[in-house]
Amino acid sequence: MSTKQQTGFNPRFLWKLLSLALMFGAWELAGRKPISIAFPTFSDTAVAFFQMIGDGTLLTAFGVTLKPLGVGILIIGTSGMLFGILMGLYRTFEWFTLPMFIIVQSAPMAALIPLITFLYGIGFVAKVLAVVLMAAPVIVLNSYKGIRNASPTLIQMSKSFLGNRRQQIFKIIIPDASGLIFAGLRLGVASGFVGIVLAELLITPTGIGDLITYYRALALYAQMFASIVAIVVFAAVVVSALQWLEALLFRRARL
Amino acid sequence: MQNNSIIEIIGLSKTYAGGVEALANIELKIPPGELTTLLGPSGCGKTTLLKIIAGLLDKTDGEVLIKGKPIKGPGPERAFVFQDFALMPWANVVRNVAFGLELRGVAKKERYEIARKYIDEMGLAGFEKAYPHELSGGMRQRVGLARALAVDAEILLMDEPFASVDEQTRRKFQEDLLKLLKIEKKTVVFVTHSIEEAVYVSDQVVLLSPRPSKVTRIVDTRLDGVENVEDIRRDRKYLDVVEDLWQILKQYLI
Repeated sequence: MSTKQQTGFNPRFLWKLLSLALMFGAWELAGRKPISIAFPTFSDTAVAFFQMIGDGTLLTAFGVTLKPLGVGILIIGTSGMLFGILMGLYRTFEWFTLPMFIIVQSAPMAALIPLITFLYGIGFVAKVLAVVLMAAPVIVLNSYKGIRNASPTLIQMSKSFLGNRRQQIFKIIIPDASGLIFAGLRLGVASGFVGIVLAELLITPTGIGDLITYYRALALYAQMFASIVAIVVFAAVVVSALQWLEALLFRRARL
Repeated sequence: MQNNSIIEIIGLSKTYAGGVEALANIELKIPPGELTTLLGPSGCGKTTLLKIIAGLLDKTDGEVLIKGKPIKGPGPERAFVFQDFALMPWANVVRNVAFGLELRGVAKKERYEIARKYIDEMGLAGFEKAYPHELSGGMRQRVGLARALAVDAEILLMDEPFASVDEQTRRKFQEDLLKLLKIEKKTVVFVTHSIEEAVYVSDQVVLLSPRPSKVTRIVDTRLDGVENVEDIRRDRKYLDVVEDLWQILKQYLI
């Protein structure tokens, strides 16, 4: 299975590097031209980025941003998953709640953020709620789909070997759905990042949102871009790590 | 047929929601300790009949008696072998084989011991820790069969067990099944659409008509005097019965 990777040289990795190099090169050129005074070059942004890591600005900001994000993901991760599982298992529950989630999934949830401010103010709770709202649909619906798509043959198998409903749920349906459920959590974390950044930009500037707003006000565009890049890269790394973990945990299930 | 039947089907009918009539008034007695094959044109309801016997599907009318008692759902005296194996991809071979016992609450050490015995018997020794996706189709079905044997049911219900397996593996598997059934005294109800397979493995073949299915004929396919399973395919009676069945089934086509 891994014989190809053991030959040492991996051309795919090279392609990835080349793609990044191209993008950064284009960025540098566009910054030098310049296409706008508010658009810094790649090199200026990189310098600002490492400066901000060095003096701890980014670290502090991340500390502030990740708190409501973590709490929000924890809340919706557990309750959303449970909700989706119940929706998948019980018809009445499904009829009652599924239409709502289908509407919510296709609605631009960011439009609700002013409403959150109106109802819950501008504090920590409002930000957690923004994360929950953004992440909820994909977590709930993926859990629901995972349960609903559990293999009918395996369910029949457990019946034929005299499994009761509880055994069927815990030994067949949930393990079979776990791949899709986990994928939902991963996508939920990605949406959670969108939620927290929106909240920090639209509700009150704190953390990364504060850095972005602050540097924009001072016209320090390299620093502003460095803050944006930092949160984008961080989100990408977290989501990729989850994807990697998912592949590791569920590769067996891919028949 | 004999009076001492282990499975008795009386006036069984099945109409699916939507009005498709799969089975119409099936009357059948299945003797114990023998292999009975349900054979018929594709879509005739063989699998439906088997799943009703297994208690996995509801009947519309009639009765299925096991040792004289009407069935209510699946029971410990019946074990099912699935066409597409129905193995849990997240569980290794030994857990899959022991799964029927796990559902019955047998302690882990005991059920793994029983499972290993059947894994050996199916020629899968050394693969206890392997996962289904690491096995070939034939090996997967051996796991499915071992799981059915592990619960020690008197009746094995096999739904086209070799349909998802290539020709060569299938032949080997058929031979092994016959050898195995000489040791394990089981009543087997076997569904297939292959005439050769039906005649090769069974003691009698039950011919079903196209939908709505009825039992049209029961053919004795016991080959007296053939000691070795390897000699079956050369036997005169085997060849004759295959040809006879084909002549009947041919009328159902088109």
